[in-house]
Amino acid sequence: MRFLRKAWEWFDARTDASKIIGPVMNHPVPPGTGWKYVFGSATLFAFLIQVFTGIALATAFVPSAGQAYESLQWITHEAFLGRLLRGMHYFGASAMVLLVGIHMIRTFLTGSYKFPRELNWVVGVVLLGLTILMGFTGQLLRWDQNGVWSTIVAAEQAGRVPVIGAWLARLILGGQTVGGATLSRFFAYHVFFIPAVIFAMVGLHLALVLRHGISELPDSSRPVDPRTYRSWYENMLRREGVPFWPDAAWRDVVFGAAVVACVVVLAWRIGPPLLTKPPDPTIIEAYPRPDWYLLWYFAVLAQLPPGTENYVIVGAPVLAGFCLLILPLLFNKGQRAPSRRPWAVASMVIIAMSVGVLWYQGKRSPWSPDFGATQLPAHVVQATDPQIAEGARLFFEKGCQYCHAIAGSGGQRGPDLTYVADKLTEKQITLRILNGAFNMPSFASSLKPDEASAIVAFLDTRKLPH
Amino acid sequence: MSDAVPSPGRRKLLARISIGLGCVGAALIGVPVVGFLLAPLFEAVAKTWRSVGPVEQFKNGATVQVKFADASSVAWAGVTAQTAAWLRRELSGEFVAFAVNCTHLGCPVRWLENADLFMCPCHGGVYYNDGSVAAGPPPKPLTRYPVRVRDGQVEILTGPTPIT
Repeated sequence: MRFLRKAWEWFDARTDASKIIGPVMNHPVPPGTGWKYVFGSATLFAFLIQVFTGIALATAFVPSAGQAYESLQWITHEAFLGRLLRGMHYFGASAMVLLVGIHMIRTFLTGSYKFPRELNWVVGVVLLGLTILMGFTGQLLRWDQNGVWSTIVAAEQAGRVPVIGAWLARLILGGQTVGGATLSRFFAYHVFFIPAVIFAMVGLHLALVLRHGISELPDSSRPVDPRTYRSWYENMLRREGVPFWPDAAWRDVVFGAAVVACVVVLAWRIGPPLLTKPPDPTIIEAYPRPDWYLLWYFAVLAQLPPGTENYVIVGAPVLAGFCLLILPLLFNKGQRAPSRRPWAVASMVIIAMSVGVLWYQGKRSPWSPDFGATQLPAHVVQATDPQIAEGARLFFEKGCQYCHAIAGSGGQRGPDLTYVADKLTEKQITLRILNGAFNMPSFASSLKPDEASAIVAFLDTRKLPH
Repeated sequence: MSDAVPSPGRRKLLARISIGLGCVGAALIGVPVVGFLLAPLFEAVAKTWRSVGPVEQFKNGATVQVKFADASSVAWAGVTAQTAAWLRRELSGEFVAFAVNCTHLGCPVRWLENADLFMCPCHGGVYYNDGSVAAGPPPKPLTRYPVRVRDGQVEILTGPTPIT
C-alpha cells in the first residue's frame, strides 16, 4: 500500500493529475437535480460500450466488399463471444440513440439550453447528427443484402441535392456502382472519421458543462436574465452547492451501470440482428428497411406527395438541423419552467406524436406490396358458380392481392376489398380495374375480357352478409 | 530575453511566416488526402458491352432477369461486382433492358409476370411492362440500358447505378 501511495505521489508531483481531476470531481453542482439529469452521462456510457465492442469487432471484421459478409457470419456463429459482442454493439447503438433523444428532450423541456449554455446545446445537436450517422453507417457495415440496398437508397437520396447531387451519390458509393470501394469507405467513416469527431465534440460538450455548470432545476419565479444569471448561479452554488462526487455522480453511475447491464442482457438473450441474404446486388428479392430508429423517416419517404419529394428529402433534414441549431440563439432568456412554456411543451408533444405515428406506420409499412400474399381459401371465396371461383383465382394471380386485402389476406397498399360491392357498382369496379385510379395501375392491356369479367363477378359478391 | 528584444515588426514577420508555413504544411498533407477521397469524382464513366446470353434464349413478350459484371470493379469486390437488369423481348423481337433500381429511391423492383407489372418492395412504386410509371412515388420511368445484338448474343451496355 505504502509503495502504491509513494508511486502515486511521485506521478502526481510530475503530472499534477490530482489538481486536474480533483476540481472536476469535487466541483459544486446545484442540489436536488435528481434522476432527470442522468441521461447525458448514460449516453456517454453507451458510447463507451460502442467504442470497446467496436474495437473488438474490428479485429475480426474484414472490410472487404467480397468478404465482410462471411467474416460477420464467422463472428456471429463461430467466434468465441462473437454473438454477444455483436449483440452488445447493436443494443449499445440502440441505447445511445434512445438516450441521446431522451437527454435532448429533457434539456429542451427544462430550458437548460438557455443562457449561458447555448453552445452546449449546439454541440449536442452536432453529436445527435453524428450519432445518427454512426447508426446508419453501422447498419451498412452488416453488409448483407439490406446493407447494400440501404447504401443505394442513401446514394439516391443524396442524388436529390441540387447541382452536386450526382457527385455526392458517387462519393457515397465510392464509384459508379456498389462495389469493392463502397464498403471500405463506410468502414473508414464509421471507425475513424465520425468517432474522431465524436471524441472531439464530447470533449467540448463536457468542457462546456464544467465551464457553465449543470443547470439548476427550473423555477418559474426566476426567469433567466443574461445580465445577472452568472453571478446568481455562482452565489447559489456557494450557498447550496453539493460536490459532484459522489452527491450527484452516484445516480449517473447507478443508471449507467443499469444501461450497460440491460445492453448485455439483451445481447445475450436476443442477440444481434440476423444477417439477411448475401450482399449480391443481383438477388432482387429484397426488403430494404432501416433499423428501428430511422423507421419513422422511412415512413416519411413513402408518404410524401411526389411533387414535394425533392424539397423534403433535401430540405427537411437541413431545416430540422437549422431549427435545432438556431433554437438557443433565438430563445436564450426568460422562463425555463415547462409550466410557463406552453409552446415549447406543445411543440415537443407534436414532434413526439408525429414521430410515434410515423414510426408505427414505418413498422407496418402498409404502402409496400404484400409479395407473400396467398390465394384466398374457398371458405372466403364461397363461389356459387365457376366464374366467381375463376375470378378469385385471377384476383390472386394477376397481382390484385399484392395491394388489396380481402378478409385479412393481401396487401394494405390499396383499399380493403372485403365488402367492395357494398360501395361500388359492378360498372364502377370494371372501370377502376380497366382504367386504373389514383395510385392504381390500369389493367386494360393485361387482362383479357373474360378475365376482367371474372374478377368483376368475383368482386361483385364481396358484400357484408345480411 | 537575452538577445535584444525583437522589434514589433520582426515579431509580426515571424508570426506571419509561422502561420504561412503551417498552412503550407497543412496543404501538403491535405491536398493528396482530399484528392484521394474525391477520386471517384474524377474517374471517367466506365461502360462496357456485356453479353447476357444468345438471342434465342429469350422468348418474345417475356421479361427476364439477367446478370452481368460491372464495367469497373476491383478484385476484392466479390459478389458486389455483379449487377442485375430486367431484359424484355418485345413481341416484335426487339430488346429493352431496364435497370432494376426503382427511380424513387433505388430499391430493386420485381417483375410480376402474371400481373404484367414491376413492383417495388420499399415504398410501393409500380411500373407497366414498358417501364412507365403505373402508380406510387416514382418520379420517372425505369432507367434503360442500351441493348444490341452481336453475333447472336444479346449485349447490354453497362453503366453507373442510375441516380435519378
